[in-house]
Amino acid sequence: MKTPDRNGHFGEFGGRYVPETLMALLLDLEQRFAACWRDPAFRKEFHFYLAEYAGRPTRLYYAERLSKELGTLKVYLKREDLLHTGAHKVNNTLGQILVARRMGKKRIIAETGAGQHGVATATVCALFGLQCVVYMGAEDVKRQALNVVRMKLLGAEVVPVTTGSCTLKDAMNEAIRDWVTNVKDTYYLIGTVAGPHPYPYMVRELQSVIGIEARKQFLLKESKLPDYLLACVGGGSNAMGLFYPFHKDKKVHIIGVEAAGHGLHTGAHSAAITAGTPGVLHGCKSALLQDKNGQVISAHSVAAGLDYPGVGPEHAFFNASGIASYVGITDIEAIEALKMLSVTEGIIPALESAHAIAYLPKLAKKVKGRKTVIVCLSGRGDKDMGTIQEVLG
Amino acid sequence: MNRIDRKFSDLKARNKKAFIAFITAGDPSLAATEALVPVLGQAGADIIELGVPFSDPMADGRTIQEASFRALQGGTTPAGILAMVRRLRKVTEVPIALMTYYNPVFHFGEEQFVAQAKAAGVDGLIIPDLPVTEAAVLRKAAAKHDLALVFFLAPTTTSARMAGIVRAASGFVYFVSVAGVTGASVLVAKDIARKVQMARAMSGVPVCVGFGISTPQQVKEIAGFADGVIVGSAIVKEVAKYSGAQDMPARVAVFVKSLSSVL
Repeated sequence: MKTPDRNGHFGEFGGRYVPETLMALLLDLEQRFAACWRDPAFRKEFHFYLAEYAGRPTRLYYAERLSKELGTLKVYLKREDLLHTGAHKVNNTLGQILVARRMGKKRIIAETGAGQHGVATATVCALFGLQCVVYMGAEDVKRQALNVVRMKLLGAEVVPVTTGSCTLKDAMNEAIRDWVTNVKDTYYLIGTVAGPHPYPYMVRELQSVIGIEARKQFLLKESKLPDYLLACVGGGSNAMGLFYPFHKDKKVHIIGVEAAGHGLHTGAHSAAITAGTPGVLHGCKSALLQDKNGQVISAHSVAAGLDYPGVGPEHAFFNASGIASYVGITDIEAIEALKMLSVTEGIIPALESAHAIAYLPKLAKKVKGRKTVIVCLSGRGDKDMGTIQEVLG
Repeated sequence: MNRIDRKFSDLKARNKKAFIAFITAGDPSLAATEALVPVLGQAGADIIELGVPFSDPMADGRTIQEASFRALQGGTTPAGILAMVRRLRKVTEVPIALMTYYNPVFHFGEEQFVAQAKAAGVDGLIIPDLPVTEAAVLRKAAAKHDLALVFFLAPTTTSARMAGIVRAASGFVYFVSVAGVTGASVLVAKDIARKVQMARAMSGVPVCVGFGISTPQQVKEIAGFADGVIVGSAIVKEVAKYSGAQDMPARVAVFVKSLSSVL
């Protein structure tokens, strides 16, 4: 089965749940992106910027000391943290900004949680001289102050969002309101594999460069496919980017790691697939944290980039169809993993990516014999030093 | 025939246009909403849209966002609203449509929601984030229970899409006057007149215009080319302004009458 279908459905998930004002635009964007993606000149331009500007391909690094410590696992890290701007987000923003340029859009808006997508968007807007407005929850503006400075330096306007829980979901509501109001000249650059069709599909295609590279690199080093893939899942773009090029490889076990926050039993977490139910938010049907009346519950995670009550619809589909499985890692486990990777490999991961690292010891205990695993190290930890300082005292 | 269809055929027979009033259910309390609905009916609201509050109202501007937030803080639930409508049906026959986002309905169970809404005395359902392509289940349920299912047209809607939307709609079609959220204030009536007329020519059901309408003059102007005029944020603002007052319904009614009486 080819996914998504023509209305953007991944099985029972996905679709386009948006005000009518946006429908014509979404249908147009779908066609424009399809045309770009078919066009060798577009691909060439995209790959030019990925290589020359962002620094691709990223290395697939064999983490030898970490592997020794784990015993049963041979761990490779896909080093998205080494990209320009410090995370995988720039793969997507470079691709979409090229699409926006071809559509003649002059004003770019984006939502951001941790600020990584905001920075990646502000960066490409600066690169191409486009106006950039970033919506960011007031709570996140506080805890990710450094990224706010970065965005402003890059020439973006950062709008703190003070409605609802003042985090990523509210920033996305506000971005959609801006979009619906300025639909003619504005391009909404969504940062993850969520939102209405064609965004989950488009962002997956743009981020798939991660998995396509990793697959080739792994085959070259190990002459076989990996036994496991691990990636953190908030909206899920780094995970989908790694997973998708392997999704037909039945022997590769694909595991998405959600943020279990203070623990799944506490209700303070962001584990939409592990602990949520089907629902519709921000234009797509997916797994969602909601109460018994269908009201969306505020998510929690120490990692701002995972602090979202929904998840990309294709992940919900991967889970429902058994293509991937999903697990939860708590705030404390993630922080421990951040420390562990720092001292064993000299790599300080982003708190988001640390969730994926944190699952390694658990996986190491489960496997029989020695297994290979690729972990998507989606971002670097520089932005989290404030949070870490607070937590570790 | 439900109350909405009856109302429009009655208005048509009298060569009148519909005045549709929106309020957020549960703002400031469900008891206040219950008191307000019959009074608005008497003040000339031909149809009342009751907003069922949702945590993430992405199609709404500040005014209705804040009203939804207050209603949710007060513990308003879909089930509580249906129970209120059931009580209202003992005192008023004014047609009532529920306006909400798709998730609360989907979570409730589409068929159950429609069945229970109909049994409570609701006449229609308006869901701004549900396009026709995603509405198959709800359309079937609504048809089965004779509940009007209202779909939207916007200034950005192409004529190819328009045909499909007006065909799917029942009760009436909701024409969004401006690209924007509710409460937007840059409405230029003549810009949309042509598109509304095009929709009316295609549509088997009445075409009503909403978003950004707050003055008697605008109501009159819109009624010149549409079958009905919808006012939301402006009324919700009045409710908020008098929410502490004993005679809130009467005061809001004065405002509503100032709008409805020009039709």
